Amino acid sequence: MTATVAYQDVEVGTELPPRVFPVTRATLVQYAGASGDFNPIHWNEKFAREVGLTDVIAHGMFTMASAVRVVTDWAGDPGAVVEYGVRFTKPVVVPNDDEGARIEVTAKVAALLDDNRVRVDLTATSAGQKVLGMSRAVVRLA
Amino acid sequence: MALDQSFVGRSYPPTAPYEVGREKIREFADAIGDPQPAYRDPEAAKALGHPDVIAPPTFAFTITYKAAGVVVSDPELGLDYSRVVHGDQKFAYTRPVRAGDRLTVTSTIEAIKSMAGNDIVDIRGEVHDESGEHVVTAWTKLVARGAAEGEA
Repeated sequence: MTATVAYQDVEVGTELPPRVFPVTRATLVQYAGASGDFNPIHWNEKFAREVGLTDVIAHGMFTMASAVRVVTDWAGDPGAVVEYGVRFTKPVVVPNDDEGARIEVTAKVAALLDDNRVRVDLTATSAGQKVLGMSRAVVRLA
Repeated sequence: MALDQSFVGRSYPPTAPYEVGREKIREFADAIGDPQPAYRDPEAAKALGHPDVIAPPTFAFTITYKAAGVVVSDPELGLDYSRVVHGDQKFAYTRPVRAGDRLTVTSTIEAIKSMAGNDIVDIRGEVHDESGEHVVTAWTKLVARGAAEGEA
């Protein structure tokens, strides 16, 4: 595990480069196939509305996977992530158009831990709403 | 209807081994749109100190969720799967999942709560490799929404 960011180069409050991740219906179909989660709320509007949603929503695990890219791209080695957890607070609604939705992710170092580890707190929003809560990763730096 | 508290602490037998393939990892990385070379190129992964391509951090869920399905569909527990949504997810990694792994999952019910008509079940999935070494633990909170609630 060889993170490219050095522990001594970060401090509490250090901001990671923010990212925006687009998600369309095609993205959801592809993720369903790769993950094996074929729940129709992620691809079938009629079904989504019948269970009380306004439209098709992204897999929570897709949003979780996207958000941590801010951490793995920063750290250099995805294997440097030692803990990662989120709460799914709001769904990411994905309209059936070319634009789809956007997942906007910011992150900053929230705590310096022992063993060259830091805790990174993530914020993920879509359409102005926070879609992940308590989103935290612990990553081991060089 | 509140779920039976006596299920707290119950463990289910380990799953049959899941064989992690390079192409499956690539497929998953493509699906999340992540071009990270360590997910595709064994040499790039080795440059980072890994013996083969590694999987993105959340890939483990594709394995642990299937294992949790045994709990969810346990007729004795009686969770209404049609009303289940994913509440929380957490992972703690000893090392990343990588190509060539043969992984088994042991699922345990950690907690059962009933709040505001919702049934909430916390499942811990312990993932071990073929040699018995720990790879990752996944904690999954599933919420079966009360029948009276219409909101997502």
